[in-house]
Amino acid sequence: MHEMSLCEGIRQVIEDQATQHNITQVKRVRVEIGRFAGVEKPALEFAFEVVMRGSVAEGAELIMLDLPGRAMCYDCAQEVEIDDRLAPCPKCGGGRLMPMGGDEMRIKDLEVN
Amino acid sequence: MCTVCGCGTASVEGHHHHHDHGSGSDQAHSHGHSHAHDHSHSHDHVHSHDMHFGQGPAGVAVPGMSQDRLIEIETDILAKNDRYADANRAVLKGLDAFAVNLVSSPGSGKTTLLCKTIEMLGDQPLAVIEGDQQTANDAERIRATGATAIQVNTGKGCHLDGHMVGHAMEHLELAQQSFLFIENVGNLVCPAAFDLGEDCKVAVISVTEGEDKPLKYPDMFTASRIALLNKVDLAPYCDVDLDLYEKNLRRVNPGIEVIRLSARTGEGMEHWVNWLKGSLARKQGRAAAE
Repeated sequence: MHEMSLCEGIRQVIEDQATQHNITQVKRVRVEIGRFAGVEKPALEFAFEVVMRGSVAEGAELIMLDLPGRAMCYDCAQEVEIDDRLAPCPKCGGGRLMPMGGDEMRIKDLEVN
Repeated sequence: MCTVCGCGTASVEGHHHHHDHGSGSDQAHSHGHSHAHDHSHSHDHVHSHDMHFGQGPAGVAVPGMSQDRLIEIETDILAKNDRYADANRAVLKGLDAFAVNLVSSPGSGKTTLLCKTIEMLGDQPLAVIEGDQQTANDAERIRATGATAIQVNTGKGCHLDGHMVGHAMEHLELAQQSFLFIENVGNLVCPAAFDLGEDCKVAVISVTEGEDKPLKYPDMFTASRIALLNKVDLAPYCDVDLDLYEKNLRRVNPGIEVIRLSARTGEGMEHWVNWLKGSLARKQGRAAAE
């Protein structure tokens, strides 16, 4: 979707941190991406490389960690983990699932020089 | 594009956005309004931005990742947008105003629906923010009804964000107890993720789009509190199953409310307008109770 905007958000956070901690070079950036966040990973990786140019994170490695998709089943009232947005409830087979998590897009940490 | 706030290619109609970012590493960023910067975190560790030398984050070992210069951040990528959205929300709350973020694919009839809604709301104070990539056509259509409207052109952007809406709100001078209608860029993907500070998202889906749209683009319909199934007057000509639309909407959002209507013929519009009036009254009731 808007992977370029997301990377601008990442760059903003990194630059704020760089000022705060006197960071001159970021080697790795770890982000947590929920399964339902709608983030296209190859697109994020591509945009990351482009957007970080000229910043302290130019050339940094982007590591994406998956977070599972969670939903509340309106049929059996259980919170369940699902892989696919349209998957049935793994407990009761019901089809009425409300996502409760898995839309995370979070910068976890930075490895710096 | 401005990499500090991302608003470089967006333009608020009649407003020239001057930047003051400085050069090099100096990222002083001044706008003519202030944004709240408080945000809450609930983590099971003490939250700090301290550097951790020689001690990795508890219980986490990552192959290939040296742990001696790791800075924990735990910040949402869209945290900056969320702060702008929170500031917008606070302004709206102070005014007892109710804001809806209208989201849909292009051509679902959002602007026609809005024009009709404005007409039916009569003397009710309201204002409109129109989001599109280009042209001020929609704002002009809204102004023809007598309502206040401002066009935000996102340039190449695929969605409105909290920052653009904050600028637009400054120009609108919203009245107490008014409605703010934000017509987002026609796009069933990106606007789902961007909080604008609205009270709720309202999805507009027209009967000509196909019953499986909610299944193809679930995020938008999951993020919406209510779906307006528009152009029902065309249903007999499109071989569509309106019940299947509703079933698919509830498949991706079991709690969604659905109103079938036609902005053109007026069918179902009263239901929608009553929903709006009820939502505004409930928000004011909650504010009075606080």
